[in-house]
Amino acid sequence: MKKFFAIMMILVLSLSLVSCGKKQEEDETPEAPKFKVGFIFLHDENSTYDLNFINAAVAACEALGVDYVLRTNVPETEKCYETAAELADSGCSIVFADSFGHEDFMISAAKEFPDVWFCHATGTKAHTENLPNYFNAFASIYEGRYLAGVAAGMKLNEMIANGEFTAEEAKIGYIGAFTYAEVISGYTSFFLGARSVCPSATMEVTFTGSWYDETAEKEGANTLMDRNCKLISQHADSMGAPTACENRGVPDVSYNGSTVASCPNTFIVSSRIDWTPYFKLAIESKMNGKSLPTDYTGTIATGSVVLTEVNDKAAAAGTNEAIETTKKALEAGTLHVFDTATFTVGGETLTSYLADVDTDPAYTPDTEVIENGYFNESAKRSAPYFDLQIDGITLLDTAF
Amino acid sequence: MQKKSLGTRFHIEKRASLPWHQSLIIRLLSVVAAFLVCALLTMIITGVDPASFISTMFYGSFGTPRKMWITAQNIAVLLCISLAVTPSFLMKFWNEGADGQILMASLASAACMIKLSDKLPNWLLIIVMLVLSVAAGALWAVIPAFFKAQFNTNETLFTLMLNYIATQIVAYFIVRWEVPKGSGQIGIINQSSEIGWFPQLFGSKYVFSILTAALMTVFIYAYIRYSKHGYELTVVGESTNTARYIGIDVKKVIVRTMALSGAMAGIVGFLLVSGINHTLTTTLTGGQGFTAVMVSWLAQFNPIAMIATSFLIIFLERGAIEISSAFTLNQSFSSILTGIILFFLIGSEFFVSYRIRRSANTEAGKEQE
Repeated sequence: MKKFFAIMMILVLSLSLVSCGKKQEEDETPEAPKFKVGFIFLHDENSTYDLNFINAAVAACEALGVDYVLRTNVPETEKCYETAAELADSGCSIVFADSFGHEDFMISAAKEFPDVWFCHATGTKAHTENLPNYFNAFASIYEGRYLAGVAAGMKLNEMIANGEFTAEEAKIGYIGAFTYAEVISGYTSFFLGARSVCPSATMEVTFTGSWYDETAEKEGANTLMDRNCKLISQHADSMGAPTACENRGVPDVSYNGSTVASCPNTFIVSSRIDWTPYFKLAIESKMNGKSLPTDYTGTIATGSVVLTEVNDKAAAAGTNEAIETTKKALEAGTLHVFDTATFTVGGETLTSYLADVDTDPAYTPDTEVIENGYFNESAKRSAPYFDLQIDGITLLDTAF
Repeated sequence: MQKKSLGTRFHIEKRASLPWHQSLIIRLLSVVAAFLVCALLTMIITGVDPASFISTMFYGSFGTPRKMWITAQNIAVLLCISLAVTPSFLMKFWNEGADGQILMASLASAACMIKLSDKLPNWLLIIVMLVLSVAAGALWAVIPAFFKAQFNTNETLFTLMLNYIATQIVAYFIVRWEVPKGSGQIGIINQSSEIGWFPQLFGSKYVFSILTAALMTVFIYAYIRYSKHGYELTVVGESTNTARYIGIDVKKVIVRTMALSGAMAGIVGFLLVSGINHTLTTTLTGGQGFTAVMVSWLAQFNPIAMIATSFLIIFLERGAIEISSAFTLNQSFSSILTGIILFFLIGSEFFVSYRIRRSANTEAGKEQE
């Protein structure tokens, strides 16, 4: 018994000693309050999607010399609100969140902390919530997808020219997360880009029902390759699909960032959103007391929509040049990704379409989006709303 | 002769019994030792000094009033789930299905909030939600209990599998109710009208869960200690033959006890949807149905001791999250820390049950010869 007490007293004493030491330290060096930014991520750096955000967050904060706190693995529940509130409590002037499902919880926090800005990437509600301190942001990533699609089309052409398969067999496989507008807009623009250089291209899409499910994404890629898809691309956040492609030597156009390190033989190019310009803009606006657009759409011009370096080992010759030419045309406004002359829906050319821009549980179509002969994506709000099923694309499953 | 050179030898002896304060001291010591090891490990890996390690750990749980409230609420939820699985464990029915039972109850609550919000007055809606959640949780627990009672199926596998089924059912309804279309998520239900939200008690949204946990603790404690039902389930747990011999209907006890466990999990489901999250996701429980198994075991199925063990788990979890964020470590680091501390804690049970005695080498040598 005595021995127990003796040991315990020693431990308690040593613990209290170290904690006293800490207190003194704090008293001696009072820190001047520095501008502080909080970030909320759904997963951690193992997800390509979150990694892309984390890199941008660190880059923006380091460039501006502000303090930052990164909170990873925050689920889309009340935990998101709690984390946002804790970040605000700890002195953050802006809190960013990266996942679509964080939105409602960020809105709750925004209502409680009027002096703190809450910026939510990929959300849809800022333009209807009318909160002065709640913001949405996205980018015209469909333009990046289109450019990546051009690279895919070039590769298909090269393989056809090499006699690997006929023009009619030029089928693309695509792994999507959900049958959500963001995904539909993504694969459609990718497909239109590919078809602009390889007119006989068709596409099959399979869905995983999750933004991050490595096994399902791998299986999806394998299914598509079994169905004779000659090239794969994806909109889901794990390394599942790129790895499956590398294993079978099928070219892959990636998303969210380069996967060339793991897939040196099959990675062609990847489009991604660079969030650094938006993070910088928001932080600087808050620091300098300027206003920030409620609903911000990054573009190629703002540096928000970017392509990674083309992997010459897998890409077709001339890919870089083709991407550059197309990019100039997009920026000049002479080329529109969703030009109604380039696609049909149910055999018909679109002349009018009402999209569900203002989010509501009944999915009420509310806004005319066909103007000047093209579908105006990301113009009525930053988050994509293109949700049409165009001809040439076959959905293998639509349960999600 | 060779053995002598080993010097002192050790014996492991089973202890007859240990006064409660001694066993408490052993357990406390193991926690303190575990913290020191964690602090040391953190220092070696990251260069953070042990003092800031420990103060950050405490800051994570108690740094601000809000942190304290959230810590209290997290403890309350984990405690409720642990209490829910306890009656079945005392019966030696290895119920791994708390997650599934809670999810089914959450689904019932969310369904009411979405489908009945314009059909019933709010007070009635909340009552309906509670009743249906309890029923859903109980149903999901009675299914494996029935099969166990009738056909002696393996309840561990059965309850585990039902978790996956519950997850898929919830996933299906999320797709049915998702907003906006295709997004695979529901978002906060009735965010502006707050219909079906359990009202704040005493001006705080955290009081409801804490109060629920307090009431549940008292109820389960009394149920196990003083009720006839509680006695019967303990006897069934000790020996089904004895139970049969003294005239207990074993099948009935199994089903009844699991119905109770499930009903309590149902209350947790209601709490999670109506009281806390106001949404439905497939990961709403965050795997706490399994953490609760550990909480209940560590407390040796004593409801009062569970307050301490769930406190410890939540304290670790929140402290470790704070540490990984403050020192920009991957969150896997928090799992490593939690693992170390649990290792020590479970290891301490060895020293509660056994003692290590030193015996002189001469004596030992003689015995050998």
